[in-house]
Amino acid sequence: MLEIRDIHKTFNEGTVNEKKVFDGLSLVLEDGDFVTVIGGNGAGKSTMLNIVAGAYPVDEGQVIIDGVDVTRLPEYKRAKFIGRVFQDPRMGTASDMWVEENMSVADSRGHCRGVRWAITGKDRERYREQLKILDLGLEDRLTTKMGLLSGGQRQAITLLMAAMKKPKLLLLDEHTAALDPKTAAKVLEITDKLIKENGLTALMVTHNMRDAIAHGNRIIMMNAGKIVLDIKGEEKQKLTVETLLAKFTEASGAEFTNDRALLS
Amino acid sequence: MEIIMNWLGTIPGAVAQGLAWGLMAIGVYITFKILDVADLTVDGSICTGMAVCAVLITNGVNVWFAILCAMAAGMLAGLVTGLLHTLLGIPAILAGILTQLMLWSVNLLIMDGKANVALSRFKYADKVLISSGESERVKSLIILIGFCAVVILILYWFFGTELGMSLRSTGCNLEMSRAQGINTNFTKVLGLALSNGVVALSGALLAQQQGASDINFGRGAIVIGLAAVIIGEALFQRKTTNFALRLLFVVCGAIIYWLVFQTVVFIGLPTELLKMLSAIVVALFLGIPHLKTYLVKGKKKKGGAQNA
Repeated sequence: MLEIRDIHKTFNEGTVNEKKVFDGLSLVLEDGDFVTVIGGNGAGKSTMLNIVAGAYPVDEGQVIIDGVDVTRLPEYKRAKFIGRVFQDPRMGTASDMWVEENMSVADSRGHCRGVRWAITGKDRERYREQLKILDLGLEDRLTTKMGLLSGGQRQAITLLMAAMKKPKLLLLDEHTAALDPKTAAKVLEITDKLIKENGLTALMVTHNMRDAIAHGNRIIMMNAGKIVLDIKGEEKQKLTVETLLAKFTEASGAEFTNDRALLS
Repeated sequence: MEIIMNWLGTIPGAVAQGLAWGLMAIGVYITFKILDVADLTVDGSICTGMAVCAVLITNGVNVWFAILCAMAAGMLAGLVTGLLHTLLGIPAILAGILTQLMLWSVNLLIMDGKANVALSRFKYADKVLISSGESERVKSLIILIGFCAVVILILYWFFGTELGMSLRSTGCNLEMSRAQGINTNFTKVLGLALSNGVVALSGALLAQQQGASDINFGRGAIVIGLAAVIIGEALFQRKTTNFALRLLFVVCGAIIYWLVFQTVVFIGLPTELLKMLSAIVVALFLGIPHLKTYLVKGKKKKGGAQNA
């Protein structure tokens, strides 16, 4: 479904701030894979997601989604294939617009936006049904401004919007990091549900090792721009935080350094 | 008593002017409030609208066609600003200033090198839609209200469509809009063109109302537009106000601005001070939200010190 082929990326090339993030990164995701990504500080997890989404151009290499080479496609054109949820709950939705207006914007993703009236009675009914899935009582707040909702509510709606058009790929960039533990658990539960029900292929970056182990069918660990561990299937089911840390040290020859991951 | 009667006599003129400027303020609303861009092109494009309309009418062109051409010229100006901003990556404010400067020359060219094209109501009485003459006052007011109503309705419809929705989300949240597949460069250019088209329409009507097109007319127009937007919001708007009403309040804001203006003139305050006054009022209103957060923060800090 997704193929990242030999990506090279250096930021601020030729300046004192030059930072080489990837020197030949490759990754293949099968159809229906739900991959959790965990890694040390500055390992390039978010950068990888941003490269797949098209927010950063690559220096070398290719990004292929479902057989289509999207390397040269701008971010907004790739959106046809990709649903995204960001770390900051404010980033995935428009604060000054209503819940239903936000959903309508997501609903138009992938087709040409014309002068068709955006929200009909039918659409509203559909949005209400979808919001019911979240089980947060949001189905009665279609005309509430997004900015008035809590971080968890916004993140849940962003998820819904990301999954709405059944994208070929769902990118989750630490989307529970800014939430309190209880809300984070709820949002993760919704994430699992949406991915399962829509049969989505997903890539989820997280700083929480337990979450990374508990969710998805495959886990990858990154260090300094390389994928050092890739565990799937039964072996993944049996993982614990301790064995994972041990495997990481063994594979990378370095201690796992992620302040937040170790604290959580 | 007589003074009051005289003052009342200035009201219809102020309302008419407010209606014509209200359209300009709607244009400013589109960029400033919806696209979240302070577009300074309007100082030039309002004059472009004026110049195109006046020159075409004096050349015997039908007034409706002249107005259409004026709008098209305004949209073109917005397009230039949009392309400077998106294609060349020039900050929006600077892009607007550049276009505005270009327009000064363009406007002079349109007016054949003259700083002024007269559209006197005696000579062109039957060729213009509105004028400031006593006898046509009611008719002019009705036509102006008609223009405002039509523009508000069309914009209300447009911003309810998928395309209009994508414009609004572009102004709200760029990252989210791109992630939802919106070509934000396109929506920005479209918004700027739309806004300047409406501003030029206002210019075309003002040319008829003032009976002339003047090269220096647009100077500081953005401030009047902003003042109208701010007054309209401050006086009428509630959280739940729907979009069409918001636009209506912008027009009301423009009318109030000109009522105050006329009153100030009527009282005999020197008119040279008026631009300074409007600028100060706009600066205050724009600054109030910032000052508020500053004050709140100050209080919190104090509380923290006490708790510690």
